[in-house]
Amino acid sequence: MKWRVTVTVRLKEGLNDPEGRVIGKALRNLGYAVEGLRVPKCFEFELESENPEEEVEEICRKLLANPLIHSWEYRIEPVS
Amino acid sequence: MVKFAVIVFPGTNCDFETERAIKKAGAEAERVWYKTSLKDFDGVVLPGGFSYADYLRAGAIAARQEIMEEVKEFAEEGRPVLGICNGFQILTEAGLLPGALRPNRVPRFLCRWVHLRVNDTETPFTSLYEPGEVIRMPIAHAEGNYYIDDPSKVRIVFQYSDENGDVSEEANPNGSVLNIAAIANERGNVLGTMPHPERASDRFLGSEDGLRLFRSMVELARR
Repeated sequence: MKWRVTVTVRLKEGLNDPEGRVIGKALRNLGYAVEGLRVPKCFEFELESENPEEEVEEICRKLLANPLIHSWEYRIEPVS
Repeated sequence: MVKFAVIVFPGTNCDFETERAIKKAGAEAERVWYKTSLKDFDGVVLPGGFSYADYLRAGAIAARQEIMEEVKEFAEEGRPVLGICNGFQILTEAGLLPGALRPNRVPRFLCRWVHLRVNDTETPFTSLYEPGEVIRMPIAHAEGNYYIDDPSKVRIVFQYSDENGDVSEEANPNGSVLNIAAIANERGNVLGTMPHPERASDRFLGSEDGLRLFRSMVELARR
């Protein structure tokens, strides 16, 4: 069966995000009261699989995230 | 004569200098495209550069190429495996060294000379340095901010310091935990360094401090 997968990978809380800090500061310079901006990464793909949950978990652990510094979540929907 | 492979991935760009430094240190060296085999080599060097354009995370894609299985065998057999800059990033991503190299604390690519305090002279790469010696090498990276949850798990080899060897916060260019610039595995035969020893391997480059790292490595590979 074919699935549409969306994975979001985030830096664990407490780890600083230099890119987020710089973008947040640029937004403040534009006059917006932005705080705590972080930059997660989002991946979208289609997956042919009989155990999508298990495989997506593996995909995150093996490549998309670094378990030492990242947490992740995903959404899996059937392709109609 | 002992022979080292200098592995070239798409985007590697410090391979020629690294090959030259190994030869100057008295060994044979050959640049090896990542799709070939590592048979007939005594050690492996992963040079600096921007493999796969640093996509996803620096070193992440190179670390999952088939040749890394052979590099793991080298590491397990106790043969020398050296990763410089992007090579260090590849080694952590491949799980051959603990920790991760995160984007610099300061929002820029850092390209400059640094002072380093030699913390561990018991590895095959650092036997020609004095404990506590202060050396000079260049750094050139955007993701050199070494992170580990428990620093007691690593063998710290070089730390960023001032010219007197003081490992201070001011001397930390990128935000690395404990000013870590280079680490080794427990056995000592796998070393990752963000500073570039090959760029400090000739007095015309401003320092020969990095050449001793290659000389140590070659000397121990001979035994």
